[in-house]
Amino acid sequence: MNNVNLQVRRNVDSASPARLGAIGRRVRTFRKHIGLTLLALPGLVLLFVFHYVPLFGLLLPFKNYRYDLGVWHSPWSGLANFEFLFKGQTLIRATRNTISYNLVFIVLGTFLAVCVALMLFELGKRFVKLYQTILFIPYFISWVVAGFAFRALFDMDYGVVNRLLVMLGREPVLWYNDPKYWPYILVAAAVWKGIGYGAVIYYAALMGIDSEYYEAARIDGAGKLRQAFSISVPLIKPIIVMMVILQIGKIFYSDFGLFYNVPLNSSLLYPATDVIDTFVYRSLIDMGDIGMASAAGLFQSVVGFVLVLITNFIVKRTNEENSLF
Amino acid sequence: MNRNLSPGKTLIHLFLAALCVACLYPFLVILGTSFQSQSDILKHGYSIVPKAFTLTTYRMIMHDPGVLIHTYGVTIATTVIGTAIGLWVTTSYAFAISRKDYAYRSPLAFFVFFSMLFHGGMVATYIMMVKWLGLKNSMLALILPYLISGWFVLLMKGFLQTLPEALFESAKIDGAGELYIFIRIVIPLSKPSLATLALFLSLQYWNDWWLTLLYSDRESLMTLQYLLIRVLKNMEFLNSSEAIQYGLVKEGMEVPTLGARMAMCVMAAGPMLVVFPLFQKYFVRGLTVGSVKG
Repeated sequence: MNNVNLQVRRNVDSASPARLGAIGRRVRTFRKHIGLTLLALPGLVLLFVFHYVPLFGLLLPFKNYRYDLGVWHSPWSGLANFEFLFKGQTLIRATRNTISYNLVFIVLGTFLAVCVALMLFELGKRFVKLYQTILFIPYFISWVVAGFAFRALFDMDYGVVNRLLVMLGREPVLWYNDPKYWPYILVAAAVWKGIGYGAVIYYAALMGIDSEYYEAARIDGAGKLRQAFSISVPLIKPIIVMMVILQIGKIFYSDFGLFYNVPLNSSLLYPATDVIDTFVYRSLIDMGDIGMASAAGLFQSVVGFVLVLITNFIVKRTNEENSLF
Repeated sequence: MNRNLSPGKTLIHLFLAALCVACLYPFLVILGTSFQSQSDILKHGYSIVPKAFTLTTYRMIMHDPGVLIHTYGVTIATTVIGTAIGLWVTTSYAFAISRKDYAYRSPLAFFVFFSMLFHGGMVATYIMMVKWLGLKNSMLALILPYLISGWFVLLMKGFLQTLPEALFESAKIDGAGELYIFIRIVIPLSKPSLATLALFLSLQYWNDWWLTLLYSDRESLMTLQYLLIRVLKNMEFLNSSEAIQYGLVKEGMEVPTLGARMAMCVMAAGPMLVVFPLFQKYFVRGLTVGSVKG
């Protein structure tokens, strides 16, 4: 009797073996890995809240956001926000500024950092450490302090540069009132703050090169410059390429601190200093225009995302190893 | 040393030395000016070497250092709390996705990766923080957003992958749980990389002004960087009623504004400018590991 019963139960159990088995397996896997899942949980929650929940912002530009109604209940507005955004000249100007500054930063920043790394590579360890430490100092400071530093140089009444101009018998320049100087100042500021970082990365890459290459080149009579261009640069090319891709992926974003703090958010300078990020910030905080700010933000996110995919695709085509994903 | 100093090397030294001077020069101007008297600045402008060395500006700031001490307190608190929690959250998550035997490794790794690619934007984050979470003028608003970032998770994952898996397996055979393994084996073995991460996190918190700018308008939550923004933007800040209200200056007192601004900058930025370079080797390690894919 007992035996029969067991038999029956077994038959019932195997009624839908595939489904039950799959669920059971999942539960078992989940329970077996619960320890690691619990460890990952705080990070998971934080990532979700701060990086995934804000994705509702993709809806905002299509809404006529009202503070009292909230995101979900605000009326839809179609593409009105985008029409308004693209009608004005400000976004176009900000986009043009963002891209041109980033291109200059990428080209000039990479070039100078590689040059400095190549120079450091020729020197003894002791000097490298000294130079590296000093070149790295601007990296440690905030853009606010950098704002002070540039103010000390370019202050219109007491700045070092204007005093020097006066001493040379020239007219002092109203730096903070005239946008035409700011492309140069901003590029200088970005290079100043970032050169130590770049040089460290490329120097580390150079240190990883097998010294046999250089010995062989020396025996063949290659000079230092020849060695730099025929061995060093080609061998660190993968890292240079990767750093450049990372920056191209972010070409629609800019360092808010640089463009906000160094020009002291002076509105006279906006033609040369306004980038998408500062534009979004101003629309949101100063003007309270949520529709326009979110439309500009969506524009930035989508184009930025597409750019990452495209650059990665191109790199994958040319050299599988250098691609990011 | 001189015997192997070729012309090429001399040129390199000259170039790099000039570059170093350019890097430091603005800071030295700030420092020099902070010791200058108001009349000297008016006459000669900012300069590295003060015409007559004076401590008036510092004496003025230290006369009633309440605000400065308070902002230091806020900054130190956000930095310490943020760094400590951020270390735990980042490292434990990175540990989970670094384990090859973890069932949810790839979805969780993708979860991090995608968060780096696509952003909801400043506006949505602002609405979430202020309206939904009610964090306007809350210290949490200055801490939570930076606790975890994809870049740091991937950095730590890179470090943790180098630990031998066999260690964890043998500990598991001995009956150790994952939390025990993480605390007693992983953390002690990855002290150098934890130091690197701690420095990145603390630099981020210490130098932050963005979160204060967005989420706080109360003096009691002012961080050093934000105080500096106000001092820098508002030329007359130290003469304004605001400064009197904050107790930075006494009413009716003649204020050496120009020098005091620079002195504020020195007091706020100086200590870290000395401390961070001391830990530079950890930064360099973090940067160079980060530049290796994987």
